Amino acid sequence: MATWNTTGHAAAVALRSGEITSVELTSAVLERVAAVEADMGAYLTLMGEEALGQAAAADRRLAEGNAPPLCGIPIALKDVLSTAGVRTTCASRILEDFVPPHDATVVTKLQGAGAVVIGKTNMDEFAMGSSNENSAFYPVHNPWRLDRVPGGSSGGSAAAVAADECLVALGSDTGGSIRQPASFCGIVGLKPTYGRVSRYGLVAFASSLDQIGPLAKDVEDAALMLQAIAGHDPKDSTSINAMPPDFSEGLDAGVKGMRFGVPAEYFVEGMEPGVERVVRAAIERLAGLGAEIVEVSLPHTSYALTTYYIIAPAEASANLARYNGVKYGYADLDASDVDELMMNSRGTGFGNEVKRRIMLGTYALSSGYYDDYYKKAQQVRTLIKHDFDAAFADVDVLVTPTTPTVAFELGSKTQDPLAMYLSDVMTIPANMAGLPGISIPGGFVDGMPVGVQLMAPAMEEARLLRAAFALERELDVMADAPAKVV
Amino acid sequence: MLDPKQVEHVATLARLALSAAEREAMTESLAQILAHFEELEGLDTSDVEPTAQVISLPNVMREDVVEPSLSVEDVLANAPRQEAGHLAVPAVLPEDQGD
Repeated sequence: MATWNTTGHAAAVALRSGEITSVELTSAVLERVAAVEADMGAYLTLMGEEALGQAAAADRRLAEGNAPPLCGIPIALKDVLSTAGVRTTCASRILEDFVPPHDATVVTKLQGAGAVVIGKTNMDEFAMGSSNENSAFYPVHNPWRLDRVPGGSSGGSAAAVAADECLVALGSDTGGSIRQPASFCGIVGLKPTYGRVSRYGLVAFASSLDQIGPLAKDVEDAALMLQAIAGHDPKDSTSINAMPPDFSEGLDAGVKGMRFGVPAEYFVEGMEPGVERVVRAAIERLAGLGAEIVEVSLPHTSYALTTYYIIAPAEASANLARYNGVKYGYADLDASDVDELMMNSRGTGFGNEVKRRIMLGTYALSSGYYDDYYKKAQQVRTLIKHDFDAAFADVDVLVTPTTPTVAFELGSKTQDPLAMYLSDVMTIPANMAGLPGISIPGGFVDGMPVGVQLMAPAMEEARLLRAAFALERELDVMADAPAKVV
Repeated sequence: MLDPKQVEHVATLARLALSAAEREAMTESLAQILAHFEELEGLDTSDVEPTAQVISLPNVMREDVVEPSLSVEDVLANAPRQEAGHLAVPAVLPEDQGD
């Protein structure tokens, strides 16, 4: 009997033992989607028919033997990833009817590995947001409480995994957009090292910060997914030319003797006491496993948020210049000249937050302000990176909260951009420094999940996953989790 | 510090048509965010090199050989307007100023 309520690695075993087929598993997941999607809003495009075709092909491949680990596993893709022949909207009106002629490299790789794509997930428009409320189409709901946001910008991918609408998903993380929704939805979210995964076919937001990564039900699945998508790609000149290690090997090696740094700057004012309690308790459990716990300082942490909100919008204002009503996307066909075509297509096609960030970025790059804002922010970025270099000279892994609060109510922050931005205050620094970071469930406060974030030096995902796996097994959070509402 | 006139100027640079109401709301929220940005002023960065990207990759080169790319048909499939195998836009110059 196939079930949707399983992990990728458990399903991989069942597919190989003949207990289930991918067609049965995929059908079960599609039924689950049909049952809960009206409450969730996690998907923008469903690909049921194609998925069943892919599942049948995966079953043939599994029968032949030697199929890759993800063969036959139902997955979801954030709608920021290009899929040839399947519309890719970025949850924006301006790309509502856009059908890419090409696949993102990660999509090519996952399809090559036999993964079954269930659909494209909802998100904040152009990945700009922390609650998924900036989707131009409809909001996503948190499966633990439907009146709460799932986080963002990969809110659809996080909610789809948490609500068992797929087994594992891909998201993108520019300032926390994988880890923050993973934290809010009680799942695992991994942002790899900048350059570890090809960004070819990822619709660009802030090119020096964007990175694709997995959202999963557990650390083992996150490792499997990273394995499938990591590696150099000639089509992305910022992808790192290094052979990825085996991320599943040594996952269970434990943390005895590993040094964990606890940065004082991450336990800040405004943080919910319940969140701090859960994270402190997790740190004690690490100590109980034989890890060394060390107080460290990352003195420029408080500047990271501002630095990010200069650099990311500046890069976005350049990247989003391509949406001008000429090559693709929404166009005002009544415009009488080219300027009007561009002004009106963009003015109508983009939503409020996207416009705000384009304006911020354009301002920060404009004549007379460049040195004060953009150059200054890039200098502070150097200081933030140096903080991490100094900390990692002394410790192996950093452990912090993922977010200052649990998932908040829909509508509670939409009128206050600064309050919304604060939700990413603890995830942004890893993007600024290009480091890998992971959020895993640490516990619950009033029925809502709390994430614990771990960060490691660049290219040390294997170490990060090993630490996360040990903590996940020790905490065993889901053993006495409250019930989800879907 | 930020007035509606500046906002209009920036919107023109960004090629964004904003309604009067949008311009007003934008002025208010940008001013609020920019005020927050001032916290960086207190930080001495006079001897700090800027970081544009975090991985120390040298320039990435490849052989200058022709490789397969997307067909014209595929590329034009999403074009709002096309003409004779090209992207089409409204006249850039008014007709009486042509040639």
